[in-house]
Amino acid sequence: MMSIGFSRMRRVLAAPALIVCSLLASTAVFANPEPWQLNMTRGATQVSRDVHDIHMLMLWICVAIGVVVFGVMFVAMFRFRKSKGAVAATWSHSTKLEAIWTIIPVLILIGCAWPATTLLLRMGDTSNSEMTVKITGYQWKWRYEYVDYFGKQPNINFVSSLESESNRARQLGSGVNPADIKVDGYPTYLLDVDKPLVLPVGVKVRFVITADDVIHAWWVPSLGWKQDGIPGIINSTWSQIDEPGIYRGQCAELCGRDHGFMPIVVKALPKAEFEQWMAAQAPAPAAEATATTLAPTTAPQG
Amino acid sequence: MNMETPKAAPNKPVKHDARGIAKVALGVVAASFLFGFAMVPIYRIACEHVLGIKLSGEAADAAQVALMTEDKSRTIAVEFIASVNSKLPWAFKAEKARIEIHPGALTEVWFDATNESNAAIVGNAVPSVAPSEASPYFNKTECFCFTEQTLEAGESRRMPVRFVVDPQLPRSTKTLTLSYTFYANELATKQLSLVPAPVGDVAKN
Amino acid sequence: MAHAAVHDDHHDAHDHKPQGFLDRWLFTTNHKDIGTLYLVFALIMFFTGGSMAMIIRAELFEPGMQLVQPEFFNEMTTVHALIMIFGAVMPAFVGLGNWMIPLQIGAPDMALPRMNNWSFWLLPFAFTLLISSLFMPGAGPQGGWTLYPPLSLQGGNSIAFIIFAIHMMGISSIMGAINIIATILNMRAPGMDLLKMPIFAWTWLITAFLLIAVMPVLAGAVTMLLTDKYFGTSFFNAAGGGDPVMFQHIFWFFGHPEVYIMILPAFGIVSEIIPTFSRKPLFGYQAMIYAVASIAFLSFIVWAHHMFTVGMPLGGELYFMYATMLIAIPTGVKVFNWVTTMWEGSLTFETPMLFAIAFVILFTIGGFSGLMLAIVPADFQYQDTYFVVAHFHYVLVTGAIFAIMASVYYWLPKWCGNMYSERWGKIHFWMSVISVNVLFFPQHFLGLAGMPRRIPDYNVAFADFNMISSLGGFWFGASQLLFVGVIVHAVYFSKNRATTQVWEGAHGLEWTVPSPAPHHTFTTPPVINDSMLAHGDVTH
Repeated sequence: MMSIGFSRMRRVLAAPALIVCSLLASTAVFANPEPWQLNMTRGATQVSRDVHDIHMLMLWICVAIGVVVFGVMFVAMFRFRKSKGAVAATWSHSTKLEAIWTIIPVLILIGCAWPATTLLLRMGDTSNSEMTVKITGYQWKWRYEYVDYFGKQPNINFVSSLESESNRARQLGSGVNPADIKVDGYPTYLLDVDKPLVLPVGVKVRFVITADDVIHAWWVPSLGWKQDGIPGIINSTWSQIDEPGIYRGQCAELCGRDHGFMPIVVKALPKAEFEQWMAAQAPAPAAEATATTLAPTTAPQG
Repeated sequence: MNMETPKAAPNKPVKHDARGIAKVALGVVAASFLFGFAMVPIYRIACEHVLGIKLSGEAADAAQVALMTEDKSRTIAVEFIASVNSKLPWAFKAEKARIEIHPGALTEVWFDATNESNAAIVGNAVPSVAPSEASPYFNKTECFCFTEQTLEAGESRRMPVRFVVDPQLPRSTKTLTLSYTFYANELATKQLSLVPAPVGDVAKN
Repeated sequence: MAHAAVHDDHHDAHDHKPQGFLDRWLFTTNHKDIGTLYLVFALIMFFTGGSMAMIIRAELFEPGMQLVQPEFFNEMTTVHALIMIFGAVMPAFVGLGNWMIPLQIGAPDMALPRMNNWSFWLLPFAFTLLISSLFMPGAGPQGGWTLYPPLSLQGGNSIAFIIFAIHMMGISSIMGAINIIATILNMRAPGMDLLKMPIFAWTWLITAFLLIAVMPVLAGAVTMLLTDKYFGTSFFNAAGGGDPVMFQHIFWFFGHPEVYIMILPAFGIVSEIIPTFSRKPLFGYQAMIYAVASIAFLSFIVWAHHMFTVGMPLGGELYFMYATMLIAIPTGVKVFNWVTTMWEGSLTFETPMLFAIAFVILFTIGGFSGLMLAIVPADFQYQDTYFVVAHFHYVLVTGAIFAIMASVYYWLPKWCGNMYSERWGKIHFWMSVISVNVLFFPQHFLGLAGMPRRIPDYNVAFADFNMISSLGGFWFGASQLLFVGVIVHAVYFSKNRATTQVWEGAHGLEWTVPSPAPHHTFTTPPVINDSMLAHGDVTH
C-alpha cells in the first residue's frame, strides 16, 4: 500500500500542471468521476445540463464579484501602506456608497433567482411520465421495483448492492489495490454494483423514493439531482436520460456503518434493448407479484 | 462631534437590576424550550395550512366529499405503492398497481396483506402521497390505515381503501402516488400475547 | 494555564487576587480569569477535535481502508464536529466576551459573576461525558453531529450520553449568554450608550439573544430523541406515526442560528482589528450593526435550506431559497464596509491584521459557495457532498477560527502584558493560510466531481485531490503547534513589554487600562471622552 501512496504522491506533486491541463479540458463531459475532475458533470439529461449551467452562472457571478471586491482590497493594501507614507483619512461613512452596495446585490440576486425558479419548477413537474420505478434504501443496499412501464406492470423487483470485488478490497488491510478494480478500463472501486438499475433512454421515468430503516439519499450526478429516501414517506422526482451509458452514483445521506459502500449504477439502454431486457427479467407476470417482504434473515441488524 | 451628556450621574454605573434581566432571559429560555416541543404540532399545522401537505392519517369529512362532483374532462393516474418494513414478516401488495380515474369520483381499491410468520402480529400502515403538494386533495373515506391491523399467524386479509381525489387538484398534477408502509406495532403485539395468550413466537421479529 | 499569575509582581497594591490555585481558578468569579479558563479550554478542545480531523484525513489519504473501521470513522466525524462547534469555537467566543466586554464597556466585571463561574465549570464535565461516549460498549455516536433519527437512535446507549452532554453545553451557553446580555444592558459605564459600544460588544449582544432563543430548541429536539429511544414516544418514528423529517426541521431551526452564533462575534472581532491597523474609523458603524441584526433575524427563517433534498413542496423550497439569498445582502454590506475601512487608511500588517484580512477574503469565498448552495436546483447536486464540507470549513475555519486567532494576537498583549513574537506570529499566519487552502479548496472539486461527505473510502478518481487535501490537513494541524508556541512564549518568556495602548491605531476603553490588565479594572466607572471610543465618529 505504501508504494501506491508514493507513486500518487509524485502525481500530487505534479498537480499544478495537471490542473491547468484539466482546466483547459473542462469542456469535456464527465459522465462519471474522473481523476482531477474540477467541475460538476454536465450529465446525461436536459435537467442535469440545466443544473450545470445554473451552477456555472452562479460560479461566474461569484468570481466576478470576488475579482471586484478583492481587487479593491488588494489595491488598498498596496496603495495605503503606512510604510509608503500613507496618512489615514478620517471619513467613515457615505450614504450613497452604502445604498449602492445594497441595491446592486439585490439586482444580482433577482437575476439569479429567476432562472433558478423556472428550473426548479421544471424539475418538480413529474407529470406525463411514462415509467415509474420505486427505489427503497436499506442499510446498505438499494431495492428497485419497476412499478409501471407505459401502463403495464413489469413486476421486476431486485436488490442492488456493492459488487463483491470492491467489497473484498474495502476491508481493512485487504491488501487489494483499489486502482486494480476496473470495468472496461474505468476504475470502478466502490462505484459498481452486482445488479444495476436498467432504464430506457428517451423515456420520462418517475422515481418514487423511500427507505426502510434510516434515511438514505439516492444520487447519480449524471441525472442532476439527489433525493432523500425517508422511512414512511414517499418522495417523487423524474429523469429522462438522453444518452445510453453507465451512470454511477452513491448514497448521499449518512446511513450508518456502510454508508460509503452502497453505490448506485444506472445502465441506460436504447428503448428496444431495454424492452428485451425487461422481457428477460419477468418471464411470468403472475409469479411473485409485487410483494415486497424481505425475509427476516436479510433484515439489517441493529 | 460632541459626546452626549451622560444620562446617569458620572462615576456611577447605570445600575439596573441584573437579576431582573436574567429572569427575563430565563423566561425567554423556558419559552423557547417549550417552543421546541410546540414545533411538533406547529409543523403539522403549517404543513397542512401553509404548505398544503396533509400529514394526518384521518378520514376525510364525508359531507365535504359528498359535495365533490366528478370531473369527466380529466383523467389522472393513481399509482399504489405497498411496502412492508423489513422488521415485519408480512407480505403486502396492491391488487392494482395503477388505475386511471376522474377527479371527484369515489373509487375503491383493494390491498392484500398476509402474515407470513407463525404468530399474531399487529401492524400499522403509514400513508404517504407523492407529490406532497397533492396530498390535501387526496380524501380517504375508508382506509385500513385509520386503525391498527391484527393478523393471526398465516392470516390473509383483503382491505379496501375508498377515496375521492378533489376536482380542485391543480391541472398540472397528472399522476399521484399513494404509498402505504406497514410497520410492526411492537407494543400492541406484545399486549396481544398477554391478553388472550395465543401461541406464537412474537419475539422473533 | 495560570499565566496571569506569573505577573503578580508588577500589579499595584489593590490588585487583590486569590492566591491558592483552587481559590484562584476553581472558585473564581473574576471575568478575566474565567475568560482565560474558557480560552484555554477552547484551545484544548481545538487540539482534541483537531486530532480527530487528523485521523479522518489520514484515513482519507488514499483509497482503500488503511487505518480505521468505518464505525470508528463515523465516530470521528460525529465527535469532531461536536467538539469543534461546542467545545472550541463557542467557548472561545464566550472567553473573549468574558475578557473583553467588561473592559470595552467600562464595567468592573460581568453582571452575574457566580453564574459565570458555573457556566464555565459545566463545560469540562459536559465534554468528559461527550468524549467518554466513544468508549461505551456498543460503540460511540456514529450518526453525525446532526443526530438525524432514525440513524442516531440505532446505536447503543452512547446517544443518551451525547444528549446529556448537549444539555450541559446548552445550559452553559445559555448562562454565558444571559450573563453577557445582563452585563451589556446593565453595566455600561456612564456615557457608554449602546450606539457607542465597540462593535464586538454589539455582535456579542446579538449573538447572546440568538443563543437564548435557539439553544433551548436544540435541548427540546434532543430530549424528544431521548424519549423516542427510551420512553416509547414517536415524535420522529415513522412506525408510530411520527415524522423523521420533523426532527430535521426542529434541529435546523436551532442549527442555522447556531451557524451565525459562530460567526457574528467573528464579524465583531474583524470590525475591531481592521480599523486599528488601518488607523481609520470603521466605515459605516451603524450599518454594520444593522447588518448583524438583519443577519441574526434572517437566520431564524432560512433553516430548511439545509434540507432541500428531503422532498419539501415546491413552495417551501422556493421560499427558503429566496430567504437564504437575502442573507447575501447584509453579509455583502459587511464585506464592502471592511474593504472601505481599509481604503485611504494607513495600513500596517501585524499578525492580527493579516488574520483579519485572510478572514475577509476566505470567509467571502465561503459566502460565495453559500450563495451557490442556496440555489435549490444546484443544491440538489451539492447537498451532502464535499462541496458542502469545503463551504462550511471555509466559513468556520478560515472564518470563525481565523477571527479567534486574530483576536488572540490582538488582545494577548493586553492579557499578559507582553508582546508576542511578531516574526513567529507571521510564520504561523502564513503556514496556516496556505495550508488551510491546500486543505479545503480541493474539497470543492471533490464535491463537484461527485464525492459524498461522511464516507471513509472512495473511488480512485477522487484520490489525488484527497491526498492533496490530507497533506494540507497535516500541515495545517502542525502549524497550530506554532500558535501554542507563540502564546507560551509571549506569556512566559517574552521580554518585550506591551504599552497601555499596545497598537498605535487602537481606540477603546480596553486600551486605557494598563497591560497586563489588572485583576480588577473599572472599579470606579471611567469618564468617557470621544477619543476613547473605539470607532471615532459614532454618528454613523
